Amino acid sequence: MTEKKWAFEDFEVGTVIDLGSKHVTAQEIIAFASEFDAQPMHLDEEAGKASILGGLGASGWHTCSMFMKMMCDAFLLDSTSQGSPGLDYVRWKKPVLAGDTLTGTSTITAKRESASRPTLGFVTVTHELKNQDGEVVAELQNMGMFLKRNAGAAA
Amino acid sequence: MTLDEFFGVGRTITLGSHTFRADEIKAFAAKYDPQPFHMDEKLAEASVFGRLCASGWHTASTWMKYNLTAREDAGGVTWEGPGPRPVFGPSPGFRNLKWLKPVYVDETITFTRRALSHRALASRPGWRVLTIVCEAFDSTGDKVLEFESAVLIEAG
Repeated sequence: MTEKKWAFEDFEVGTVIDLGSKHVTAQEIIAFASEFDAQPMHLDEEAGKASILGGLGASGWHTCSMFMKMMCDAFLLDSTSQGSPGLDYVRWKKPVLAGDTLTGTSTITAKRESASRPTLGFVTVTHELKNQDGEVVAELQNMGMFLKRNAGAAA
Repeated sequence: MTLDEFFGVGRTITLGSHTFRADEIKAFAAKYDPQPFHMDEKLAEASVFGRLCASGWHTASTWMKYNLTAREDAGGVTWEGPGPRPVFGPSPGFRNLKWLKPVYVDETITFTRRALSHRALASRPGWRVLTIVCEAFDSTGDKVLEFESAVLIEAG
């Protein structure tokens, strides 16, 4: 028996998990962009204001990475996660700007047992991130692999 | 020249290669994806992956890093007209991202891009959306990452 809070059995279709909140600072936006996405609107306030983003904006990849940390803290680290084979989609709907506070939800939309590995199941999760004004900034959907609660005993 | 020629439609472009060292795998994971198999060699050995490996977001973000160094507007291709040089805008997102194989510590990954097609945006006159296939391969030639991305372009 796993001691983790979330095993495959615990994810029910329709369950909504609160991802907490994340304040986004200019320093973090610039640090991420410097390493991975060094475009002017992610590096400089003035360049951001002059761009379509309208301010110093986070790289979309930074938004995805911040989302990942929110998901880790909300439930993934306390789960039987075996990783993810990928995402169906990521939609960057609105800019994420310095000073924004993001909140999010993960909604379980489907689940099935693995045909080849009896200790494992697949969970489809649809995610939404919003800013402090309630605007959706990102929509994502992925599949996660989770061990069943009795997987350790069966192994 | 045509937009197809400028975007290199149908042509696979090698963007660059990157070796994922333990310290950078752990540094990224600590900030964004602190699952045990990205954080600690011993815990990774006990995990489904068997060895320390990079966060999938680390691999995907590194694709972006190398993509920028070889973008059409970064000197890769010279626009010869007619009309103003197309200007690259933001991306609305991507789809069908697959992490096909773990990126293990000290593995060298080669990143590529291939433009598929482009079309006018009905909602934004003067703008087009370019669809690209993005991939990454390890030193044995196995594909470790693929996704289909899009980028908005002001053209015409």
